[in-house]
Amino acid sequence: MSKKKWIFGVLFVMAGAVIVFAPLPVRATPPTLRTFRIEASQFAYTPAVLAVNPGDTVTIELVSTDVVHGLYLDGYGVSVTADPGQTARLTFIADKSGSFRFRCNVTCGALHPFMIGKLQVGPNTWLWRAIVLTILAALVIPILRPNLPRARAG
Amino acid sequence: MHYELTRFPLVKALLKNRWPQMLVWLVMLAGFLFAILSGFFGTPVGNRNFGIVFVWIAWWAVLILVAVPFFGRGWCSVCPIPLPGEWLQRGAIMNPPGNKPKWYNLRWPNKLRNIWLQNLTFTLVALFSSVILTTPKVTAIVLAAMIFLAIGMSMVFERRTFCRYICPVSGFIGLYAQAAPLELRVKDKQVCLTCKDKPCYNGSPAGYGCPWDVFPGGLTKNTYCGLCMECLRTCPYENIAVNTRPFSDDLAKPSTRMDEAFKAFIMLGAAMIYAGEFLGPWGSLKLAAYSVGSISWFGYLVAFLVFIFGLLPALFLGAVWIGNKLSQATAALKKSFTAFATSLVPLGLMFWVAFSLSFVLTNAAYIFSSLSDPFGWGWNLFGTAAIPWQPILTTILLPLQTLALAGGLLWTASTARKAGSEVKVSPVPVIVFSTAATVAMLGLLL
Repeated sequence: MSKKKWIFGVLFVMAGAVIVFAPLPVRATPPTLRTFRIEASQFAYTPAVLAVNPGDTVTIELVSTDVVHGLYLDGYGVSVTADPGQTARLTFIADKSGSFRFRCNVTCGALHPFMIGKLQVGPNTWLWRAIVLTILAALVIPILRPNLPRARAG
Repeated sequence: MHYELTRFPLVKALLKNRWPQMLVWLVMLAGFLFAILSGFFGTPVGNRNFGIVFVWIAWWAVLILVAVPFFGRGWCSVCPIPLPGEWLQRGAIMNPPGNKPKWYNLRWPNKLRNIWLQNLTFTLVALFSSVILTTPKVTAIVLAAMIFLAIGMSMVFERRTFCRYICPVSGFIGLYAQAAPLELRVKDKQVCLTCKDKPCYNGSPAGYGCPWDVFPGGLTKNTYCGLCMECLRTCPYENIAVNTRPFSDDLAKPSTRMDEAFKAFIMLGAAMIYAGEFLGPWGSLKLAAYSVGSISWFGYLVAFLVFIFGLLPALFLGAVWIGNKLSQATAALKKSFTAFATSLVPLGLMFWVAFSLSFVLTNAAYIFSSLSDPFGWGWNLFGTAAIPWQPILTTILLPLQTLALAGGLLWTASTARKAGSEVKVSPVPVIVFSTAATVAMLGLLL
């Protein structure tokens, strides 16, 4: 590999590191109390997507409309179980930013492993970083190896 | 850079000797039959049943995260499905008995010597995947059907016709095996040209003729070599080698076949659909996919087929057409289409890796409980039955998925450039198409 390509390669890696690790400006929003009522039924949560701000105190009221369901929140490791017709409450502080899946943690039927919802704490910055990183990856070959096939003379 | 592994006497001896392979085969066959048994007789709760947990979580994880990316068709070399049929077809379990098979031994029809049937069988399995993946009895039926079909086909047709032309798993393993850093090749093609009896293809007292109906002397890519090692045993000139090589070595020679091109679309599209269906928050989509026979399922079926066989290929064709126009290429559009479809192999593989990481890490905990209580009957064989479910390593899941997808795109761009050089067409529109698909996949996973 030529020296120029090495330099470009190192630059691309550094650019990738900047995209992944660079701190982004955070819009400070005063923490509030957020309460969500989630209905759980085979095999979905309603609503299935929640959005809160970092620092918010979140209370989830889980209501099961058919069989026993649970809710386990990835990244936070907290969970709650709701019996049919009963409301179960889970309160936590959303002190980690990002996108987190929540899942049923009580076997509730065939599609139980795929009963999933999503909690969004602040903007989904990882997704945007990943998209920019992907676009950078797409540019590597055309920039590092630009000798694409030339147009043939008519 | 190729490095011959069979130059080491121990490696060669292990691969030539039938016993190590047979021992692995027997363990796999026992596990396979046990999975069928637990599916039929065990608990109907999927995540507590050995059949579901070991086939769709443990085996799938090993297959898609390790076996296919690093060993290509390595799984096919120890897959138990063709075994009973092959034993009956050969009238022997180990060494060739020296007489001709007693069964029909017909040639597979020429018109079907492609992977369209594998495309069809994979699509069928994919359409019913919500039910197959979650219902132990249905998984057992599918596994049993595969083994009985393999037996039936071994009785009627020669060699491993089931593996080569029907098996839904074999089709995509073959496609992605092209990217693997492992290959079986001849050392010197001239030796094969002068070899009279071609025992690697026709068989000899030392071993069987290639079960995959491949003449090793003509091997240029991994797609149809099942790594069964028969040719290593039969070659009288020691001309067969197992080599390590750079990743995606075969992809430098783009495919010219439409069946292989569509296999790439099926795999790419299915990974995207599954990411939404199984990992997304859309309950109605899950229910539609699960409620086979309902109106919503027919809607799912139509959307699935249109996306995979219509939208994706049409958008890709558009990208290739733009590339042709940009380059004022003289190559036929079909030739460019199939050549560039080869570049979707790394992307599709990495889509599956990213999807499977999430699927496997969040469900791996079930392996421990079902190991101790495979039928869900309250056993506790190894003291692990009560281990509670908990996702593992979810903190590194998103970075791993991002790396897989961005890396896959980089790999695809490199492959597209090689394909573009072959057909003298600009790969840029195909890279744009692949970038759009990757961004969509990121949106579904993250």
